[in-house]
Amino acid sequence: MTTDIDLKRAVRAATTADLDLAELGDAVSRRAADAGLLDLAYAEIDSPLGPLLAVSTPAGLVHLGYPNRPRDAQLEQLAERISPRIVEAPGRLDEVRRELDEYFAGRRHDFGLALDWQLTAGFVRAVLERTAAIPFGETRTYGEVAAAAGSPRAFRAAGRALGANPIPIVVPCHRVLRSGGALGGYGGGLDVKRELLTLEGVL
Amino acid sequence: MNAPRATTPFQSLIEAHAVAVAAFLRGMLPADDVDDVLQETLVAALRAYPGFDGASPRAWLLTIARRKAIDEHRARSRRPEALAEPDAIAASPAAEGPDAALWERVAALPPKQRAAVVLRFALDLRYREVGEALGCSEAAARRNVHEAVRALRATDPTTDIEEESA
Repeated sequence: MTTDIDLKRAVRAATTADLDLAELGDAVSRRAADAGLLDLAYAEIDSPLGPLLAVSTPAGLVHLGYPNRPRDAQLEQLAERISPRIVEAPGRLDEVRRELDEYFAGRRHDFGLALDWQLTAGFVRAVLERTAAIPFGETRTYGEVAAAAGSPRAFRAAGRALGANPIPIVVPCHRVLRSGGALGGYGGGLDVKRELLTLEGVL
Repeated sequence: MNAPRATTPFQSLIEAHAVAVAAFLRGMLPADDVDDVLQETLVAALRAYPGFDGASPRAWLLTIARRKAIDEHRARSRRPEALAEPDAIAASPAAEGPDAALWERVAALPPKQRAAVVLRFALDLRYREVGEALGCSEAAARRNVHEAVRALRATDPTTDIEEESA
């Protein structure tokens, strides 16, 4: 007599097997990238500051998130602002991981990564592009960065622009301080700013 | 008002539903084809995802998986070597015993009944969702499962037929 219970057991036995989600994600992201469908690839990258959420588009690194914001909230915001075609694909972030590892080990002063600036526009983008040019181990004031971006009196707006930096560390907004030398603010938390400046020998 | 659209990162669909889609495909295809068709399913879903309305993601993925399984089956039956394996669509678990014997009879069901049985018994889907995944009504989904169960009881070599509530 074939009962529902027999049937369930037999069907489950034939259809259940281990599934390696990481392996599946890698295979899917490879095929998706080949088909031009991988709008956003992400990976968590270990760092002395905790796990960083690195996200790239085909154009380059578009977002680097600190652990003080929930990962899912960051991804959902990117889904809305850029595309919901987001796949965890650590292999696509290998270069980012390598350069960040070298930076934290003190072996890299300049990043060579391709950046995707699409989350920024206007004055914010101008401020961040100027900030990207501040050399390792040096600092600027908010006023100096505002001036470099074309609006010397807009130091408060410059502060907000730096607070909206989607690619911290690589775009080194931690190198921008108040004119008296006070740290100012930082999206990843002031402890993180202090740690980065210490790593760079500023503090 | 804007048309509803997907705002959930696609990765969360993979994490929530890939196991179910894989189980469904194992029920529909030879074991060797499952990985490839699972990947094809997810890539096709990723392609369509920005237009997806966000409702019933599992049923949506299973619908795509079913189409991909049918494509694979057709492609296979066009290949000459498929003539030598008429039962190409029948997955066969390695184990022997009563489960394996019963599964062989499930595998011999018409594809739609078999799909309905797998969705219902492997994934515990409600008939409404079975219907969504099969592209038919809830009533038709129920009928497919009941007919399959009746056929399995009729071909059960061990006992006589007895109706039971599903």
